[in-house]
Amino acid sequence: MEKVIYLDNAATTRMYPEVLEAMLPYFTEDYGNPAAFYSFSNPAQKAVHEARETIAKFIGAKNEEIYFTGGGTESDNWAMKAAAEAYRNKGKHIITSTIEHHAVLHTCQWLEKQGYEVTYVNVDEDGIVKLEELEAAIRPDTILISIMAANNEIGTIQPLREIGEIAHKHGVLFHTDAVQAFAHIPLNVDEMNIDMLSASGHKIHGPKGIGVMYIRKGVKILSFMHGGAQERRRRAGTHNVPGIVGMGKAVEIASERMGQNGREIAGLRDYLIEEVLKKIPYARLNGHKTNRLPNNANFCFRFIEGEGMLILLDQAGICASSGSACTSGSLDPSHVLLAIGLPHEIAHGSLRLSLSEETTREDIDYTVDKLAGIIERLRSMSPLYEDFVKKNS
Amino acid sequence: MYSEKVMDHFNNPRNVGEIENASGVGTVGNAKCGDIMRIYLDIDDNQVIRDAKFKTFGCGAAVATSSMATELVVGKTVREALQVTNKAVMEALDGLPPVKVHCSLLAEEAIHAALWDYAEKNKIVIEGLEKPVSDISEHEEEEAEDY
Repeated sequence: MEKVIYLDNAATTRMYPEVLEAMLPYFTEDYGNPAAFYSFSNPAQKAVHEARETIAKFIGAKNEEIYFTGGGTESDNWAMKAAAEAYRNKGKHIITSTIEHHAVLHTCQWLEKQGYEVTYVNVDEDGIVKLEELEAAIRPDTILISIMAANNEIGTIQPLREIGEIAHKHGVLFHTDAVQAFAHIPLNVDEMNIDMLSASGHKIHGPKGIGVMYIRKGVKILSFMHGGAQERRRRAGTHNVPGIVGMGKAVEIASERMGQNGREIAGLRDYLIEEVLKKIPYARLNGHKTNRLPNNANFCFRFIEGEGMLILLDQAGICASSGSACTSGSLDPSHVLLAIGLPHEIAHGSLRLSLSEETTREDIDYTVDKLAGIIERLRSMSPLYEDFVKKNS
Repeated sequence: MYSEKVMDHFNNPRNVGEIENASGVGTVGNAKCGDIMRIYLDIDDNQVIRDAKFKTFGCGAAVATSSMATELVVGKTVREALQVTNKAVMEALDGLPPVKVHCSLLAEEAIHAALWDYAEKNKIVIEGLEKPVSDISEHEEEEAEDY
């Protein structure tokens, strides 16, 4: 393969060279354990402190409200399981949405097995949580509302401020899985009434294996990982210093470039959407037209199935992802696409292309060109297309 | 994840297309689970399969198994074609990942459905052939409108 066109930045991103550079000294030179007493560990302590400060400032939090974890999935698990545990005397009811990431959905299913009740609030055809339904679902025993900041498949951004307002009006905690949104769109925990927020390093050009959880001061959740006294006794385990430094650096870069990058990437993304809808018949855009992550485009192409599309795109050097059953590891296509009301047959033919600041206009032109040919080829093999053509001729 | 043979049959599928006035046509699978196969057979007076074509909506393995199944039945009598089982299709493709075994079952089912159609049209009984179980018409869904 000559050139790789990487359009799967919602899966993971290329680490910024500056991030790697910032991390390197903490592997071999300043490798001291930040929890140690001697001065040799001072640089590591200082680096962890600075990263925490950068991240706290970035979302309008206090330093002591930022906790480092092993990733977004851990943060989601911790937030939900620990809140369920800490507030069970108040009640055992949790509210979430039908389109959450599996890190939240499967945690909810586990909690149901532990005797908790979960209400899954529906979304509209654009993937936006129905606020009246959310408010109506709140009961005296509701302890937690967990709604993602932006969806990983279709990119739709949720009205976080309004959701937080509803939660707080009823005295319920609000957690948001911001793994896709963090450092892609502005987030402020006070303005948006967020009590807990999960974020990940590798989705923002930082390293893998590092995540963050914001926990508002006063929220009573306890440790989920037992051991040493790290992270104010709430998350045991030796600090992943290089990872923390890398995440801090990635956030520092995002705080400088996020606005401009977002506008540029969204411009290119809009060009991609326009080109696809213009050049490929029977295509539809999934997710909200404007209220979506700057780097996300998600389409359905009728009469074809996603896996074949991914194989042929791969052969053309293009990395993408699909919500078809074959790629989800079950017989059903993506729960997100079904939740926005698409029939199975159409949900099977979905394609997510997620851009980054490294994506060029040439990449988009090449991709749309290849994609159009691939879809035409798969349709020529499709009995559904054959039936459609006969019916309409 | 796929063998070279599967990739070859996906990239260069044999016998894609339709047969006009086919002796038998079988469509199996459903859009819900993401696989639909349609196989056309052209069968002569001596009950020999002269030609086979297919159309498939589905993953790489679904396309490859349909392609292989059509290749395996051409030149065989209808009785011999019944021996083209999912196992035979899988072996001919040098195996399939476990999650894709159902594709080979669907290919076998599509051949059987086409043979059943042929038998019904000609009012004959093919010994050992049972009425295929899965049919697209049972699962047909409302077409989406917003296109």
